[in-house]
Amino acid sequence: MKRYLIKRLLLLVPVLFGITFLSFAMMYLAGSDAVLQQMDATGLALSREALNAQRASLGLDKPFLVQYVTWLGRFLTGDMGTSYVSGEEVFSVFLSKLPATLELAAVSMILTLLISLPLGILAAVRQNKWSDYLIRFASFTGNSLPNFFVALVLMYLLSIRVPLFPVIADGTGWKSVVLPSLTLAVAMSAKYLRQIRAAVLEELGKDYVTGARARGIRFSVTLWKSVLRSCLVPILTLMTLSAGSLLGGTAIVESIFLWDGVGKMAVDAISMRDYPVIQAYVVWMALIYVLVNLVMDVLYQVLDPRIRLGGEKA
Amino acid sequence: MRTQKKRKLLCFAGLALLLLAVALLAEQLSPYDPNQQNYEMALQAPSMAHPFGTDRYGRDMLSRVLAGARISIFSALAVVLASSVLGTGVGILCGYAGKVLDTVLMRIADVCLAFPGLVFALAIAALLNGGTISAVIALTAVSWPKYARLSRGQTLAVRQEDYIAAARLSGDSTLQILVRHVLPGIGSQILVTAMLDVGTMMMELAALSFLGLGARPPAAEWGSMMSGGRSMLQTRPWVVLTPGIGIFVTVAVFNLLGDALRDYLE
Repeated sequence: MKRYLIKRLLLLVPVLFGITFLSFAMMYLAGSDAVLQQMDATGLALSREALNAQRASLGLDKPFLVQYVTWLGRFLTGDMGTSYVSGEEVFSVFLSKLPATLELAAVSMILTLLISLPLGILAAVRQNKWSDYLIRFASFTGNSLPNFFVALVLMYLLSIRVPLFPVIADGTGWKSVVLPSLTLAVAMSAKYLRQIRAAVLEELGKDYVTGARARGIRFSVTLWKSVLRSCLVPILTLMTLSAGSLLGGTAIVESIFLWDGVGKMAVDAISMRDYPVIQAYVVWMALIYVLVNLVMDVLYQVLDPRIRLGGEKA
Repeated sequence: MRTQKKRKLLCFAGLALLLLAVALLAEQLSPYDPNQQNYEMALQAPSMAHPFGTDRYGRDMLSRVLAGARISIFSALAVVLASSVLGTGVGILCGYAGKVLDTVLMRIADVCLAFPGLVFALAIAALLNGGTISAVIALTAVSWPKYARLSRGQTLAVRQEDYIAAARLSGDSTLQILVRHVLPGIGSQILVTAMLDVGTMMMELAALSFLGLGARPPAAEWGSMMSGGRSMLQTRPWVVLTPGIGIFVTVAVFNLLGDALRDYLE
């Protein structure tokens, strides 16, 4: 286990370098020039000499790689520059908005499991009965709906037609989190349902289930005690796979419901070409995603000894 | 069983072709010019004359939704084609050549996969200043690694086969082996992945336009039409909901086709 962890962490090093390098390169190529932006804000006409002097003092005249190393050094100490628009420290703004996004993601994940676990099991147990068809139809529909459309339909039905929830999520009270998280949960549940149904069906077809039934063990006991435990690993795989789309999806949902998290911050920054903010968002979302993957991989090892063995042989 | 699967595949392929035809013939099929403004007819509820109603400039929504089909379907197909060709090329090359090339290209793929998809696409589309082409490039950059990984794995498996050794012994060049012997061996898996990807890419493209990073108004694109009509959700819901129905129907048909193709080839 220890050896696995060390190996896994070592493999992360090039990826982390890649993430920071790519994020830096993208914004470098965007031609975002902090000096021009600052000068524009003052509204004064400036000479080329003054611009160049300012650029030199910020190190922007240095070669690309030198600038990257300087940027990386600052990044590691939590200095990601200031916003072109508000002039605030980018990193502290990001940190202050992150909890809202994580809350939204966590609630969506819980809602997804609450919807898809019971329905997925039901669909498998009642294979090819009408309830199975209905659940599969719902899952297919959810898979073909973009989340911004789901958001608008939910908004139309549950806050305009029947005013149950607020249109704008002001973050106060539990009601404002319902629609944004339900939006994200719809698409995820559609995917989960399919996989959970398939996993339970596969497990139900195994010999030990027939054996248990032959010995007179009640079906519900087999289902809850054995079948569901073996579905833990596929569910974990699903959660890892959907973490990326969940993090990306928050950007859209947050900006529709005006949820004050990092996703809305990024979308606003994009429309104003506020490059330092976009950069911070991109780097940190990738880092969070990598971290989630790492935690999930370690959890796999704990949950399934077969994977552990395979991992150490390789 | 096989014939039933084949029938299902043909049925959905027919539906997809029908959508393709609608997209191509959108101009001929639409009752009005999708960009013709007519303020006297602004924000009309759905009626016989305007089955999907009109938007705030009096443009016919049915004509705009039909016009949107063309942008959506063709840009989604462009993304899938570009990313599968690029990814498969890289994957086969890595799997067959191995060594340094493999390590370098696959690490690049790893880094691209380390970003949450839409976040990466947002950043690239923003960098390229938005528009349909930059949305297509952004999503291609996001989705090629998937094909690269898949085809690399398949190539590694195929490479061990006797028929590859036989081809090499009979004097085929590496390029000939890759194109004539490796590619056909892994093609069906790539094709299924690509077909299942069309619907997803359509939704991602619409999402980028919804956020203002894809096709721009006045272009009739489903995502940007919905974004533009958002403020009228309460009073004129058809302006928002009809393009959504367009997306749903198209994505559903391509998803059904992808599923049917997978079932058939398995």
